Parts: sequence; C-alpha cells; structure tokens
Amino acid sequence: MGSGDEKHICRCEEVSEDEIRAAIRSGARTVQEVKRWTRAGMGICQGRTCRRLVERMLCEELGLKPGEVEVSSFRQPVRPVSLKSFED
Amino acid sequence: MGVDSKPAVVVGAGPAGLCAAIELKRAGAPVVLMDENGKPGGQLFKQIHKFFGSREHSAGTRGFEIGRRLLADSLELGIDVRLDTEVVGIEPGLGVWAVERRSRSYTLEAGCVILATGASENGLAFPGWTLPGVMTAGCAQTLVNVHRVLPGRRVLIVGSGNVGVIVGYQLLQAGAEVAAIIEGAPALGGYGVHTAKVRRAGVPFYCGTTILRAEGEEGVERAVIAKVDRGFKPIAGTEETLEVDTICIAVGLTPALDLAYLAGCKPIFVPELGGNMPLHDGYMRSSVEGVYVVGDTAGVEEASTAMEEGRLAGIHAAYALGFLGEAAMRERTEATWGRLDSLRQGVFGQKRFAAKARILAEGKVRA
Repeated sequence: MGSGDEKHICRCEEVSEDEIRAAIRSGARTVQEVKRWTRAGMGICQGRTCRRLVERMLCEELGLKPGEVEVSSFRQPVRPVSLKSFED
Repeated sequence: MGVDSKPAVVVGAGPAGLCAAIELKRAGAPVVLMDENGKPGGQLFKQIHKFFGSREHSAGTRGFEIGRRLLADSLELGIDVRLDTEVVGIEPGLGVWAVERRSRSYTLEAGCVILATGASENGLAFPGWTLPGVMTAGCAQTLVNVHRVLPGRRVLIVGSGNVGVIVGYQLLQAGAEVAAIIEGAPALGGYGVHTAKVRRAGVPFYCGTTILRAEGEEGVERAVIAKVDRGFKPIAGTEETLEVDTICIAVGLTPALDLAYLAGCKPIFVPELGGNMPLHDGYMRSSVEGVYVVGDTAGVEEASTAMEEGRLAGIHAAYALGFLGEAAMRERTEATWGRLDSLRQGVFGQKRFAAKARILAEGKVRA
C-alpha cells in the first residue's frame, strides 16, 4: 500500500477498515461476529493487534462505551502449531 | 494438607513469572517455568534505564541487571525452565498444552497454573500504517537494545507515555534523531523525569496532536500530523508534514487474555490498566480454582509491581500445594503487599492503586 487512504485493520488477513465497518453496519455487533464475517482476527497472530482496533470501531459505529463491547473469545491452540509437533 | 506431586506451572518467564517460580521453588514446591522465547527475562533485558522506587525495589538499578539477578536466583535454585516452549492451550483440569521448539506437543498436568504472559502493544490504524518503517515502540526498543540495530535515522513517536518517552530517549542514545513526540491528549502522559530528559535533548512535544497518515513509496518517507479538537477529531488546516523514515506507535498495552479465557477466568474491564483482564483477588487468584494471574496479564503496570505480584501468587500457590504453612504464607503475603502498596504511590501510582483496589474489591477479599 502506498499513500492511499485504504487502511488495513487486520494485517494478517488483509481486511480493510471499510470491510469491517460495512460488516458492523450490516449487523455484526461483537468482535466475534466481525471475525466470522470478515476473517479479521483469524490470521496467524489471532487478532493480537486488530482486536482492539475492531473493538474501537464497534464502539464508534454502535455508540457503545469501551467496556460494553463483549469480550472476544479465544480458541486453542492460541498460536499456530505445526502438524509435525503431533507425531509421537 | 497433603503434598501434591503435580507441579505448579508458571507460564511466562518475565519479571512476574520468574518471581513466582522462585517463591515456589524456595518453599520446596515442584515448579515448571515455560517461556516461548529462547531466553528468559521477558522485557527486562530491553530495559537499560534505571528503575524507580525504594532500595528494596532495586531503585537505581537498570532493568537488565534486575533480570540477571532473577536469572541467577532461578539457576541457583535449579528451577525447571523450559525455553522455546509455547503454551497454546489450557485443558479442563489444568492440563497445560505446550509445544516445544515448534516440533513437540505435550500436555502437562498442573497442580496449579500461574499465568504471567504479559501484554501486547496496541496498534493505531492510519493510512500508511502498514508501510515498512511503522512499528510499535517496543519493537524499536528490541531492535536498538537487544539486536543493536537502528530502525531508522529520523523518528516520529506517537504517544507520550512512559514507553514513548523512554524509547525516544534510547533511540537518541543509539544515534537516531527524534523529530517529535506527539500526544493525542491535551497533557503529556509519562513520568516527568523521563519526559524532561527528552525535552532537554531538544525533542519537540506536541500535545492535542494526532497522526493523519504515513506517506512513502517503499517505506515511510513522511508523516502528516494535525491538531485535534476535544473530541479527538483532526482540525482542518492544522496539518504539518514531518520528514521521517520511522514511526513508533506507543499508545498503550493490552493484557494477554487468551490463556485466561481458555481457562475460564472471569474478566473485568479496567481502562486504566489496559482494558479487559482476568478478575483476581489479593493472592492473585483468578475466578478459576488453581489459576493465578500476575504482572501485565493481571493489569498493565510496571516490572517492579509485576515482580511483587509474581511473589504473591508463588507464595499462595506454595501454600495451596501444601509446601508452605498458613502462618508463613500470611506473613510473606503481608510483607509483599506492604511493598506493593508503596510502589503504587505518587501521581501515577495512585491511579493504578485505585484501579487495582476496584479489581480486588470485586475479586473476593483482599489478603
């Protein structure tokens, strides 16, 4: 990306701010729903950077206070695990 | 109380985790300390500045020296430290799912788990923030202080809290030029002692100012900043362009919540300490039996408070596993709390003290 105005929020999955805002305007109300809708937060870092940015957008779009955004869920493994590590 | 043969598993070998493991081992409890990195110490070895506080908090000592001391203690005690080991899950019944060197997966049944996994740096999305040259302040600090690599020649720092000003000073020491430190809020956020040092070195500070975008072809060449109004909206006509090749983002940290969530720990939202974090009591017990949370994971503070919280959890876990009597546990806990309270004084400490008090009030009774 050069000096354009497009903003990637989830860098791992290359999800833009516009896509996330569109998802919220279409009904996504939690980080979890935005994740399923757009894949933001489903990449290799598992939302470590974009989770807070998505929370902020949910607040802006839905008029929520920061503490009112539902806590995002996590699933194991929380880090990428190679299939090789299961050989035994 | 019977002696449990299952070990206490401490996740994260930073200041909090090391102290927790040391307390457990000193009490004679079996303990396994895991860390995803190749070296223990967490962020301590990046801290080349002197710490504050009283003598018992190693005030005047540089962070990496404190790290060295903790490592020496842990080696002397013979703690089972497993490096290059990522904890990727927690199964019901305290099964710790670990992956060693990205190649061997195993589950360790734990008598108790102490989560000391720290925090992650917040991002700030603006057009151009994915250009090479934009990084978090912690990343710049790792490059300069650990790898001895200068990330760029001329740097803009976004955020005037302690991380921003300390990293700014360390970049100056390493030979970079700091073009400016900008702060969205109307007032500066860091300790006066650090801020004044950077200001004396000639670095301009701009309050009520945000970054609009980063520009450049292959990497950062310029940053456009602007004044903001009270609602943090940029004011048209106040734009200014800074010629920089590096932009450091220092806009706070978020406690690592992933493993606590998997363990089923109840969260609490405390904005002063970084957002959502696991609820805990004065022994650093989470809402889940046998799971403790310490350090930045339990609310972002500092290395010195993280160490004391680690000790609190280590002391209580040693007692819970049957390796420490109740009287000794209470006595050590009280002494640790005395030191913690003294750390949470002053203008900045008071705010954290009040925030922690809210957590403890909700997280059962304080010790």
